[in-house]
Amino acid sequence: MNEDWVLYEVFIRSRSGLEHKHVGSLHAADARMAIEHARDTYTRRQEGVSLWVVRSSEIVASDPEEADALFEPARDKVYRHPTFYAIPDEVKNL
Amino acid sequence: MSMAIAAERPQATAEERCEYTLRLADTSLVAGQRLAEWLGHGPALEEDLALGNIALDLIGQARLLLALAGRIEGRGRDEDALAFWRDAAQFRNVSLAEQPNGDFGHTIVRQCLLDAWQLETYASLAGSADTELADIAKKAAKECRYHWRYSAGWLVRLGDGTEESHRRVSEAVQDLWRFTDELLTPDALDARMAECGIAPPAAAVRERWEQRVAAALREAKLPCPVHQHYPWHGKRGVHTEALGHLLATLQHLPRAHPGVSW
Amino acid sequence: MYTQALDSAGSAAPQGEADEDGRLERFQARIDRDEKIEPKDWMPEDYRQTLIRQIAQHAHSEIVGMLPEGNWITRAPSLRRKVVLIAKVQDEGGHGMYLYSAAETLGVSRTTLIEQLLSGRAKYSSIFNYPTLTWADIGAIGWLVDGAAIMNQIPLCRCSYGPYARAMVRICKEESFHQRQGYELMLALARGSAAQRAMAQDALNRWWWPSLMMFGPSDAHSVHTAQSMRWKIKRFSNDELRQKFISVTVPQAQYLGLTVPDPELRWDEAAQHYRAGPINWSEFHAVLKGDGPCNRERLAARREAHEAGRWVREAAAAYAEKHGAGAVPARSG
Repeated sequence: MNEDWVLYEVFIRSRSGLEHKHVGSLHAADARMAIEHARDTYTRRQEGVSLWVVRSSEIVASDPEEADALFEPARDKVYRHPTFYAIPDEVKNL
Repeated sequence: MSMAIAAERPQATAEERCEYTLRLADTSLVAGQRLAEWLGHGPALEEDLALGNIALDLIGQARLLLALAGRIEGRGRDEDALAFWRDAAQFRNVSLAEQPNGDFGHTIVRQCLLDAWQLETYASLAGSADTELADIAKKAAKECRYHWRYSAGWLVRLGDGTEESHRRVSEAVQDLWRFTDELLTPDALDARMAECGIAPPAAAVRERWEQRVAAALREAKLPCPVHQHYPWHGKRGVHTEALGHLLATLQHLPRAHPGVSW
Repeated sequence: MYTQALDSAGSAAPQGEADEDGRLERFQARIDRDEKIEPKDWMPEDYRQTLIRQIAQHAHSEIVGMLPEGNWITRAPSLRRKVVLIAKVQDEGGHGMYLYSAAETLGVSRTTLIEQLLSGRAKYSSIFNYPTLTWADIGAIGWLVDGAAIMNQIPLCRCSYGPYARAMVRICKEESFHQRQGYELMLALARGSAAQRAMAQDALNRWWWPSLMMFGPSDAHSVHTAQSMRWKIKRFSNDELRQKFISVTVPQAQYLGLTVPDPELRWDEAAQHYRAGPINWSEFHAVLKGDGPCNRERLAARREAHEAGRWVREAAAAYAEKHGAGAVPARSG
């Protein structure tokens, strides 16, 4: 008989107003148990105000081998950043 | 003048308030001690953590309540004096709390029956005329809401899991049901505390407890046993054999070294 | 805590595979630049195996480590001490979980790792095969064992493997109270009755040498140190960490008024630290091999919990199968 529980990834919102952040994983048989285990494992010291749990198998990740193709092209687009533009100091509120 | 006095609530004596507070305190302490026995031995690592958290909540409640009982009593006994230096007959926990863990299903059933009672009791006590007790109850009610969520979730999984789990957990319900009479049937002190506005009326707690537990049993596909009269009353100090052993373990170290600090 | 540098079977030759396309070289270059290696990144098989072995040993140690301290939860002498001990043992379970999770990112399931532990094939820290005979042992474990653990673990927060390093950051943060509570407990005993002081001294006598052994074999006999250092899985040698521990712990024992059970312990004026006498390595190897005072009891307790919990795990899995993974049992509650 199957006794293996499913692997879940856990995300915590640490304070109101902040985004959820990945903190680790755990095993649970169902969604409710996953939330309870996340609470008991990852928020024993008031680490969070909200939890997400996602089955690890549902996460689609980018391939590290493709990192160059995916992320390198953004490197030379310096004109996307405000510091690219020279504005005289006397001009305010820009 | 006499009308005004008549309209006022009767006042509980310090002795009555202390006694009632000890019922709550000892129930949390004994249940917490039982759950703590699971640490390192649970069916999954995650459950060890969960049971540990519940044990910590319960012992935390006990510490606040014992300290309050000690203040009401006014004889200078603190939480440890009350926890470690009273004998079984002076403990006032409900007998359900002291029942041994048995297997995980047995523990879950015990907790379910107890969590539902603690939850309803503390939720009502949040409006108690005893404001110190009310403050502790507000905190405890939140904790017990989670305890119930945990134990009821497991009751349903085990009741509606495999044949084996269904059999084990129904045996546990049959075995432990007799201890619920004490939770739900008020004695003279319960009635007196309700009259004084300190404790909730027993009938209200009973109704909400029955609804809650019946719904969980239904979802767990377990039959709801018929009411059984229970002849012992832990809350009056008449305990089962289990409490003596629990206290022997809990208390032996400070009693072997009287008068020192730890 | 409780990682321990252990000599264990496994290939120690990292260059076994052909370095196709210079992958090994690029991998080492990333490590040299202090980049973190993440789960899906390419890594040499030996790096993966070394990490799995080390993280699993560490995780098993946390789990087995719950037992000697758990032994005193029901007997803690005050309610304050009881909640502290529950919280600590519970943390250890949590740390085991963080570490099993980190190991799982390397492609090995927790079930497999636990089977290895229960079958006696996997190792765990030798320290947990010693018994906790008195309440003072709980203080000694917090002070010495967690103290040694912290020394070992802080450098691991900078380990090259991302998930392990992140787990260690969380663990070190949570463990900061473990050692302090142990020392505080010892302090209460040292300032207590004659019987309490004797209890504290006896605990130090029994835990001192096993604590020193926690740092693993001396550098001259440690198989993995050099390669692990190159991969930044390990950052200091066993002997360096052990010496650091001795240097900080001896004055702490003196403050307690307790005697370190080492007749050869002496102050080294030139090095400006205490030097310990020789360690009994045959005891260390015997305990690792399974012949320590409590090896059988510890494994038996883990096996019993695993077997007794099987029907529970099966029931939960069966419930999820019937009701779907998104099931919310007792929702109305």
